[in-house]
Amino acid sequence: MNILSNWLRTYVPGIAVDDLQLAEDLTLRGIAVEGVHDLGSDTEGKPNGHLFEMDITTNRVDAMNHYGIAREAATIYNLPLVPFDTALPAAQSVAQPFSVEIADDAKNVCGRFTARVLRGVTIAPSNGLVAEYFALLGLKAISNAVDASNFVLQGMGHPTHAFDLDKIDGGILVRLARKGEKLRLLDGTERTLEADDLVIADHSKALSLAGVMGGWDSMITPETKNILVEAAWFDPASIRRSSRRHGLHTDASHRYERGADFNACPVANARVSKLILQSGGTPEGELIDRIVPAIAARTADRSPIALSIHQVQRHLGTTLDDQPKQSALTAEIVRQYLTALGCELTAHANSADATFAVKLPSWRLDLEREIDLIEEVARVYGYNRFANTLPTALPVMAHPLAAAEAAVRTRLLALGYSEAISSSFASEADGATFRAVCPTASGAIALENPLSDEARLLRPSLAPGMLAMLAHNLNRDVREARLFEQGSVFTGSQELVVESHSLSLGLAGEMAATSLHSAKDVAIFELKGVVESLLSLFAASPETLGRSAAAGLTFSNDAPAWLEAGRSATALLGGVPIACFGELAATQREARKLRQPVYLAEMDLDALYRLPLRRATAREISRFQAVERDFSFTFADAVEWRCIAEAIHALGIAELTRLAPVEIFRDAKAGSAGSYALLLRCVFQSNLRTLREDELNDWSARLIAALTALGGSIRR
Amino acid sequence: MTGRSARPKATMNETIPQLSSYDETSLDAAFATLGAEVRDETSTPHDAEAFRLRWLGRKQGRLKLVSDAWLKSAPAEARKPLGMRFNQLKQQIEAALAGATATPLASAKKAGIDITLPGAVRASGIQHPLLKTMNEIVAVFHHLGYSTALGPQVESDFYNFEALNFPPNHPARDTQDTLVVAGQQSRPSRDRLLMRTHTSPVQIRTMVAQAAPVRIVVPGKVHRNDAADATHSPVFHQVEGLCVDTNITFSDLKGTLDHAMKALFGSGVKTRFFPSFFPFTEPSADVQISCIFCAGKGCRKCKQSGWIELLGCGMVDPAVFASVDQQREAQGLPRAYGTAKISGFAFGMGVERIAMIQHGISDIGHFYSGDMRFLEQFA
Ligand SMILES: [Zn+2]
Repeated sequence: MNILSNWLRTYVPGIAVDDLQLAEDLTLRGIAVEGVHDLGSDTEGKPNGHLFEMDITTNRVDAMNHYGIAREAATIYNLPLVPFDTALPAAQSVAQPFSVEIADDAKNVCGRFTARVLRGVTIAPSNGLVAEYFALLGLKAISNAVDASNFVLQGMGHPTHAFDLDKIDGGILVRLARKGEKLRLLDGTERTLEADDLVIADHSKALSLAGVMGGWDSMITPETKNILVEAAWFDPASIRRSSRRHGLHTDASHRYERGADFNACPVANARVSKLILQSGGTPEGELIDRIVPAIAARTADRSPIALSIHQVQRHLGTTLDDQPKQSALTAEIVRQYLTALGCELTAHANSADATFAVKLPSWRLDLEREIDLIEEVARVYGYNRFANTLPTALPVMAHPLAAAEAAVRTRLLALGYSEAISSSFASEADGATFRAVCPTASGAIALENPLSDEARLLRPSLAPGMLAMLAHNLNRDVREARLFEQGSVFTGSQELVVESHSLSLGLAGEMAATSLHSAKDVAIFELKGVVESLLSLFAASPETLGRSAAAGLTFSNDAPAWLEAGRSATALLGGVPIACFGELAATQREARKLRQPVYLAEMDLDALYRLPLRRATAREISRFQAVERDFSFTFADAVEWRCIAEAIHALGIAELTRLAPVEIFRDAKAGSAGSYALLLRCVFQSNLRTLREDELNDWSARLIAALTALGGSIRR
Repeated sequence: MTGRSARPKATMNETIPQLSSYDETSLDAAFATLGAEVRDETSTPHDAEAFRLRWLGRKQGRLKLVSDAWLKSAPAEARKPLGMRFNQLKQQIEAALAGATATPLASAKKAGIDITLPGAVRASGIQHPLLKTMNEIVAVFHHLGYSTALGPQVESDFYNFEALNFPPNHPARDTQDTLVVAGQQSRPSRDRLLMRTHTSPVQIRTMVAQAAPVRIVVPGKVHRNDAADATHSPVFHQVEGLCVDTNITFSDLKGTLDHAMKALFGSGVKTRFFPSFFPFTEPSADVQISCIFCAGKGCRKCKQSGWIELLGCGMVDPAVFASVDQQREAQGLPRAYGTAKISGFAFGMGVERIAMIQHGISDIGHFYSGDMRFLEQFA
């Protein structure tokens, strides 16, 4: 909405500041001037002032016009506001006043209807101030009768309508439409009405869609001689309903939807009539004013509310202008501000509870409670004139999951994984394929109004989002990526959505073979390592805080279908899946047109966070030398490392402090297909003594025997 | 690799200077020449080891050769002054050598590495700039005595709207603005599930669960039915704060946010408060900080205004306290938020916007792409 500073100043003569300062002062009081444009001068060199581009919050419909903003300026500068001139030429008397009725079924939506008959008018182009201001505002002038209505809307914010009186059959009846009733509007469209559309009708047909748009058949034309001017009050919800239903957002509906001024009806009617009569014609009879008392009681005639100066000071606190033991927000200041805004303040009957009884202005339906008045006081006084004070601090309670989350995050960052955030949504296809590691509930959660077809579901797993981010990198020739995301996944039903914490890992890139893993497999084992590393941050149970939860992990070759069978695994803790990881299934990779393999993991963080954080227990570092012994064996492929390790641990050699595979070698050419060579390293150490050669030899012999029993053959 | 002496190698075996006489003046002149020789050889880059061998070599060192020659024919009374001068010369040579080891000009080359090659390090992961900013904001409020509170992303209409004093027909409740879970039409309005549009429902959840005083800071992800563009995303992050106690004032709100903005953006930052409108606060305010790029002088980033709009805030609306107490009663808890004594303030800020300002990020979409080229800038 745009405002002319010159027009505004006609309502508040004596504003001492220039337009820029005026704009700033208004903005600091919540009447936001978004832009100030110099309008230059007119042909006689008189400055045209400035055009203010306003951004008025929806609750302040009263300030969406020149007079409303002028009232704010008058309040800020403590200046009088010029009242409207509503005097009309003497009316011709009439024996039978024009008939205006509000039907009973419309009395809860039409609170007031004023009508005035103007006879012998001349339809002509607008001139004078109307033409001048319209040109500066960039508004299209049509004719004096139509422009008068728009001019009054810009001036004081109240919508009005002018009917061609001679097209009205009998009189006005404000009523609800009949379902299916047809009405051709000013925009030329014919609308089919519903039973709760409010219409202004005559005794045979609907004339206009109340509060939204006038009708075609009764519009002002150059031939119009007699006019009926309407200014009314309609219920916001009713107007919003009709406006939405018919897809018509008009200046009038915009105002009515936000709550019009009940008492503005006769004033607006007079203002429009006066403008039309400037080109000739006379009023006939008195203003017809139909009021629904029940609606008047909750708009114009609301009961006064109590305001306590103590509450004003209690809510707002210290100001920069405070004197010792004396707030700058005195009863006098409060009275001055609120009176200027249109409130009527009287001393409250019970002065112990409240200072003032405040009658609220009819144009401020947003004011209802004491706190609303306190806000007005703060606003007019100026927010930036309050001091900066600090409330007392309370001790900070750590969030129960904060330490665990920070430990996981820090570990992943240290392991080289970068933090990422992906979409919260998933396609139906991905929803069917990807599932959280250990879903609490099975159903996928669909959205009523998804952003797109690819985002119909709330993500049931972080994996599709991670996959999309890896693909984003690979498609841009970024070939190496390590990413993680901690986030919520959603399962359950439309009645009960279960939100679980999940972790995804994504890995793409060329990796070099290690002495244990081929280049092709090393990424899978890196993910396994990350899973173990995260578990090692946590303890197996509250009773054994020193024992790493990673020690309780087992791994199964079963994994969800989105991972490649045989190149993926599930990590289980106490037999329950806690993570799955591996290479993305070839089908998924092809569907996404990825040329290189990518590796994913997903972990159930709720399960992880149920474990206590590990508190390491230090053990003595032996003063005696450790002895390292390497063994080289050939095993059939069927013999897994787990069997080898278990066989050795089963020997129960307490001094065996470390056991690790050092190198795995497969040589398909050497006629050794189906078997592999393993270099095994054992470290023996005692806390109590230096180990003797004979016992070391004995342990080695037992170890060799155990591995031979497994089918291994020692290599010389 | 061999170093190069400043002097030609031939000097190695050059003749021993002759000493014409053993009087003090002749000795001084002869040793001055030798001293100048030493200075010459060490004044430019040189091979310290070659220099040491040439002068101090045990058998063929110049110092030994010269002293052998001169002492051999010296009269007895000249031996002492000669010896003193040879000691001084030796000290000069040793000092020159000590200086040479302190400037290892050629020694690194000798070790055989090209130290100008890039350093090798296992790359660590990169904190997401958005989450880093979010954690920084949260930390500021931890220091002010606020505890972290979290809430679900799928919320009921009651917590997201109704309890926060949004009227039934408020535009925010429209499906044009809010993502709604499917199949909610048959449920009572307050139970309908939706993606929370702000972190404010955690205010309600916290106050329903806990009596005043309350100081919470709420980081979290929120969703709106917004088309994505350079500055909008249907997914974004907020940090919310709530302070409720006896007699909390508007000036407390101002002081708290002024302090927090200085902690986040530097002590020179100024704050400015404007009246605004939110259903769940009254009075409500928008807060601007003085532009951190131009210190308020006006630049492109602040559209020449000198100010940047950063957050919304206000005093908790009494209607919110009433909803909370109603809900507490429904759960069998005593009322705890009577407005005769209790008041409070709340504030909320968009983390994306702050991180974009801090790092000069032009497209909000980078935050959700996982693009390594973007993330690596924050390593
Ligand atoms: Zn700037």
